[in-house]
Amino acid sequence: MSEDQKGMFGASGTGDTSGYGGLVRTAASNGSTERPYGGYFDDVADDLERAYPDFSDAITRVVVDRGELTLHIKKSRLVEVARILRDKLKFEMCMGVSGVNYPDRAGAELVAVYPLLSMTKNQRVRLEVATSDLDPHIPSVVEVWAGNNWHERETFDMFGIIFDGHPGLTRILMPDDWDGHPQRKDYPLGGIAVEYKGATTPAPSNRRSYR
Amino acid sequence: MTTFDPKLDPYASSRETTEGTVFSVTGGDWDSLVSEIGESKEERIIVNMGPQHPSTHGVLRLVLELEGETVTEVRTGIGYLHTGIEKNIEYRNWTQAVTFVTRMDYLAPIFNETAYCLAVEKLLGITNDIPERASVIRVLMMELNRISSHMVALGTGALELGAMGPMFFAFRDREIVLDTFEEITGLRMNMAYVRPGGVSQDLPAGMTTKLRGVVKTLRKNFEDNAKLLIGNTIWMKRTEGIGYLDLAGCTTLGITGPVLRSAGLPWDLRKMQPYCGYENYEFDVITADTADVYGRFLVRMAELEQSLRIIEQAIDKLDKLEGQPVMVADKKIAWPAQLALGADGLGNSLDHIREIMGSSMESLIHHFKLVTEGFRVPAGQVYATVESPRGELAAHVVSDGGTRPYRVHFREPSFNNLQSTSAMSEGGMVADIIGAVASIDPVMGGVDR
Repeated sequence: MSEDQKGMFGASGTGDTSGYGGLVRTAASNGSTERPYGGYFDDVADDLERAYPDFSDAITRVVVDRGELTLHIKKSRLVEVARILRDKLKFEMCMGVSGVNYPDRAGAELVAVYPLLSMTKNQRVRLEVATSDLDPHIPSVVEVWAGNNWHERETFDMFGIIFDGHPGLTRILMPDDWDGHPQRKDYPLGGIAVEYKGATTPAPSNRRSYR
Repeated sequence: MTTFDPKLDPYASSRETTEGTVFSVTGGDWDSLVSEIGESKEERIIVNMGPQHPSTHGVLRLVLELEGETVTEVRTGIGYLHTGIEKNIEYRNWTQAVTFVTRMDYLAPIFNETAYCLAVEKLLGITNDIPERASVIRVLMMELNRISSHMVALGTGALELGAMGPMFFAFRDREIVLDTFEEITGLRMNMAYVRPGGVSQDLPAGMTTKLRGVVKTLRKNFEDNAKLLIGNTIWMKRTEGIGYLDLAGCTTLGITGPVLRSAGLPWDLRKMQPYCGYENYEFDVITADTADVYGRFLVRMAELEQSLRIIEQAIDKLDKLEGQPVMVADKKIAWPAQLALGADGLGNSLDHIREIMGSSMESLIHHFKLVTEGFRVPAGQVYATVESPRGELAAHVVSDGGTRPYRVHFREPSFNNLQSTSAMSEGGMVADIIGAVASIDPVMGGVDR
């Protein structure tokens, strides 16, 4: 969500007037978390700052939310940071990459999220890299974590994020000649209306619904 | 190349009969393929295996490049079972999503549900409010599910390598577990039993006594397969030294679960990063040091006993927690689970219907709002992990503060581990691919989602 919303936001464009809940939906904060982060997160940040002199330039935000540490990284620095995290901070496993599409965030519509795991230290860290819809390129981390090969192919398939330097970036789940990237928010869910005994149930994406 | 005549199939000559056209299928282009290979000095051949092949564990396609009987290259084709569950969830409310995720890895439905629910609970900030009885039931169900999943891995794995007996024993035991599931949840698989906030309903009366009997039967039954396979010369010849993937290979490829443990690393999220109160159970993490198919088989066999140990401890806990709630106290989150198991399966609780229809207008309004709208989850993202029978299963769940998930991504261990097929099989014999794939134990529903 890009901004705070108040009041009758349950209903939209329909005759539903019962949506008043008096609720306030708070937007996720765009700022960094202040130190101390708590737990081992301070150690991770300290170690990374020591091992990587360009820390303040490459890492735009450090967010600690719900007991999880997220490092927001400039996409041009991703592979450098990834290598340091693997070699110096012992994050030897990358558990994949998950895409998220935020159409409202101008210039950062596509986000790639990398959960990292250090088995040596029993720690987890999340990397987040954002890129624009107009330039959907993010450097590939397959050379750092070979296991990300299929995960990056999936994220390319589903979101159209092009991972530069990937050894063979092709579709993996959808057919090769498929048009579009299904997990993007502007891609329709599809489905058809079903008629039963005179009543019609619209497809899930066309039903009256609450946001 | 001649022009294509639809009536004249180049691979099947036809003749007209009184019953219609009859085609005789001949070798197709096989003759020309053989003559081409005959001219070449290499004995290189490309074989397409699957997606409809009984030994590929579902709709998995392998493109093999063979040099004689030696495999030089394996390429894996997936996506035949892609169902768009992650996309569909974005159009359902937070509770309905459980019904979808349970269908991902269909051999381990409870694990999918638990990973998703742990993520939603983390987003809601109610992780510590989950009643203890609910967590114990989740552990009980997960461990029963681990047994039923390992039974398929062992049974079909053995069947694919030509051993029929283990399959019968494994499916006999799996049936016992599925019957237990049916008694508890109303369904044998895809139960949608674990819900955000707890579980959909309490165990039926007298269940713990029955469960003790189940544990006893299973423990005795597991001996059959152990006697049949452990140390069996034929079985060991097909599995020892096959599908080798050492610890470095596992780490590089992000492999977790029995495959990683067969390489000697005792990495189990139940011990390392406990969830659902796993820190309160006594069990061992099983490892092997052979890093091959036989090692993975031994790890799975030994994990069965560890699961039984956890189940026994869970039953003892359940006896002590008799009558405690199995859902969070917050009715806004708990409603969709106010169901009851009737003679015809899971349905609305009659007490609840009586209240909303007969006695309380406010209850009816709340019921309506909660059913049509669901609950809101504060904005943010979390990553919740569980140790599934195949490794680290994780749900990356993003909320924008609405009544529906903004994005749900499952980090499926099957999907990730299947990448190691090439590393395990290249350079080996073609028949050993089957053993290697079976030892990864991929479930295509989970791989393709």
